[in-house]
Amino acid sequence: MANRVVITGMGIVCPTGHDIEGMWQAMLDGKSGMAKTAIFDATTFPSTFGAEVKDYDFTKFTKNPDWHKYGNRGTRFAIGATAQACGQAGIEIETDEPGDGIDRRRMGIYLGAGEGSVDNENFFGAIAGAWDDDNSQMDWSGWAKVGFGKMHPMVELEQEPNMPASHLAILTGARGITRSCLTACAASTQAVGEAMMLIRHGKADIMIAGGAHSMIHPLGVSGFNRLTALSTRNDSPETASRPFSASRDGFVLGEGAAIIILESLDSAKKRGVEILAEVIGFGSSSDAFRVTDMHEDARGAVQAMEAALADAKVGYQDIDYISTHGTSTVENDSIETVAIKKVFKEKARTVPASSPKSMFGHLIGAAGCAELITCLLAIRDNMLPPTMNLDDPDPQLDLDYVPNKARKAKVDVAMSESFGFGGQNNVVIVRRYRE
Amino acid sequence: MNTRRVVITGLGAISPLGMSVDDLWAGLIGGTCGINTIRAFDPAGFTCKLAGEVPEYKIQKYVPKSYRKAIKLMSRDIKLSIIAADEAIRNSGLITKAIDAGNINIDPARTAINVGAGVISCDLVELAPAVAKSVTDGTFDILKWGRDGLENLTPIWLLKYLPNMLACHVGIIHDIQGPSNTITCGEASGQLAIGEAAEVIARGGADLALAGGCEAKVNPIVMLRQCLLKRATSENNDNPETACRPFDADAKGGVFGEGAGMVVLEDIDSATKRGVKIYAEVVGIGSSNDINPAYERLEPDGRGVQIAIETALADAGISHRDLDLVIPHGTGILADDLAEATAIQSVLGPATEKVAVWPTKSMLSNTGAASGAMDVIAAARAIDEGKVGAAKNCDNKAAGCRLNITSEVQQRNILYALCCSYTFGGQTAAVVLKNISGEI
Repeated sequence: MANRVVITGMGIVCPTGHDIEGMWQAMLDGKSGMAKTAIFDATTFPSTFGAEVKDYDFTKFTKNPDWHKYGNRGTRFAIGATAQACGQAGIEIETDEPGDGIDRRRMGIYLGAGEGSVDNENFFGAIAGAWDDDNSQMDWSGWAKVGFGKMHPMVELEQEPNMPASHLAILTGARGITRSCLTACAASTQAVGEAMMLIRHGKADIMIAGGAHSMIHPLGVSGFNRLTALSTRNDSPETASRPFSASRDGFVLGEGAAIIILESLDSAKKRGVEILAEVIGFGSSSDAFRVTDMHEDARGAVQAMEAALADAKVGYQDIDYISTHGTSTVENDSIETVAIKKVFKEKARTVPASSPKSMFGHLIGAAGCAELITCLLAIRDNMLPPTMNLDDPDPQLDLDYVPNKARKAKVDVAMSESFGFGGQNNVVIVRRYRE
Repeated sequence: MNTRRVVITGLGAISPLGMSVDDLWAGLIGGTCGINTIRAFDPAGFTCKLAGEVPEYKIQKYVPKSYRKAIKLMSRDIKLSIIAADEAIRNSGLITKAIDAGNINIDPARTAINVGAGVISCDLVELAPAVAKSVTDGTFDILKWGRDGLENLTPIWLLKYLPNMLACHVGIIHDIQGPSNTITCGEASGQLAIGEAAEVIARGGADLALAGGCEAKVNPIVMLRQCLLKRATSENNDNPETACRPFDADAKGGVFGEGAGMVVLEDIDSATKRGVKIYAEVVGIGSSNDINPAYERLEPDGRGVQIAIETALADAGISHRDLDLVIPHGTGILADDLAEATAIQSVLGPATEKVAVWPTKSMLSNTGAASGAMDVIAAARAIDEGKVGAAKNCDNKAAGCRLNITSEVQQRNILYALCCSYTFGGQTAAVVLKNISGEI
């Protein structure tokens, strides 16, 4: 028999809060996490603002900050989110002799995580110093000389996308199945989905799952700016993320980490821990269309949503709330609306579908799990998070996006959607736990 | 529960040993070394001047006419994955949109893709002119970069460097619409991706999958990083053949390289119905972690590797005594090799003496995310041919290594083969393949 998979812990470090309750209250209040970029001087960039994690100190969450001192921003956020989630789930961290009754070989990690920033000063400095403009070529020995002289091996190592998972292993002692994936903006939804499957099929009892990412660095912002994917509403950062509005002009780059503890129902019952919700369905698909655009008929998105419903053995009529991908780009919000209409048919206009990105921005690899956490809280409190800044609705987009104000509503089953660059579609469905 | 059996029906590889799986296999059996002085850039200023580079290729040959305008969006990692995927699909007898659009024999929505990928290094020669416009008094000026520099980048610059683009381009070319994932766990990525794709088929999420690993490590960013970490050897630069020495007492470090290895995985019923060649069944997968605050090296007792192997054997429902062949990760970094040897010896116990261990990186170099997939391909061919190659450059086993490292090519009937891998940072993977030629 397949195992039922439940959630027994959650943690978050994001632009609108460094803990679950802080983030949730900010969301119900419709607060924005956006401001002028402070991590580096972006004054002359096309986009001069972002959604940064501010005033965060990861050393509060670990007894061994020295072990993680080279960790990149994503890793540091992940340590905080994981410590919170493990605390709630009764998983002891940073101990050789855990008294929580959990077999470490049956506890694994699955992250959707991205690369760390390059060592900006030395990286750009080495390039500038080694470039021969007259002959349009690099002097590789010059590059290497700066590299060997100034770059730090550990800072280089920490740019690898598997490193957040490595730090979480050291933090938690997990010896079970461990993977890290990077399917762009859909990565942590995929991580949660695949981790759920591992428990369902008996490969692990507990999975520490979620995402960690920061692309708020010069090359990251440059890349997104060149794609014209980011909002350039520089005079009003806090209203720049405006999913589903007529005046939306791109997403706002955020950063953070979101972690949940997935556990087999048997294990959770045996340990006597509180069950927050059940993960009942996962669907994954690829557009196989273009790397630059979503499929025009939302083919892949529809396929992933329908696969998740089938996996969960529920109908679209059973879904009480959709946490949309809702990026605030012209393309995503239009095509996502088409997808919801195709899947939800006559119910499409009445099922509430809002976008947390209107408040905490786009956490890229960490976005999916952060948004799944808002689904868990919507179920817990029977409250729908709003889509903020929706004061000029796009006439083509006519769903119930829960505009501008959180709303009370009965929520038992919620769907979280993530659609990544290149046509990566992942959808997870969660349900209020019942025996 | 996992009820469906998953088999390998297609193999594809581009490697330092050649353009195909046949080249790879012939090179490994012939003891050919694919390592040489770096050609991609002038390595004079680097402590390691060696790498395993793939032969020259024409990417147009592997990309359908209708998609060739997308070649400008492809970094080298993406191109290598496209080449290996093309061979694997043709080898399996599958007909996709790219092979023959009029006679497709796959259901795109029931076909999955799972690629192990590395960090895709940006092209510094492409980036440099933009950086050069952003210098004030000899130092990089971020304000100038924002104003004058970044607009020199092509608009699609970022899309060349997202690791998931390997799976996306291959998926577009062959019209693969099912579950798609990209595993980014460094050198363990290839085997983790193959393992997960097998799980997806086993649980009914797809009937077919293209899975493997690809990485192009021969560039000044990765090479500098591996030199800085002292993972790359700084010796034997004049003698490439002998430079990479897994499990040898004189091992001085690794040699890095590039390549792609892809396999077609298939539900066994689908494979037998198609009547195609089956190389092996994927019967066990495992994974774990190192837990080592000094995480730039493997933990000395190799416990994370050991647990991955034990998990894979348990998943396969077999004993360590059933193994006939182990292809280890074996990088030529002495401390890591000893940790891995300790792990394998702990699992095998007294059987250590009898189980053949065949490291491949002395010939293939360490192709990162591709390396584990190439080893799975080597194991599948070893099972199919009943043959194991000789280790190269392991002339004098390191103290503490008691592995039965192969010293000559041997005919050997292999029932079960194990491949294992690990990465910097500590994730570990293991895959068990079974010879099922007696069954069908």
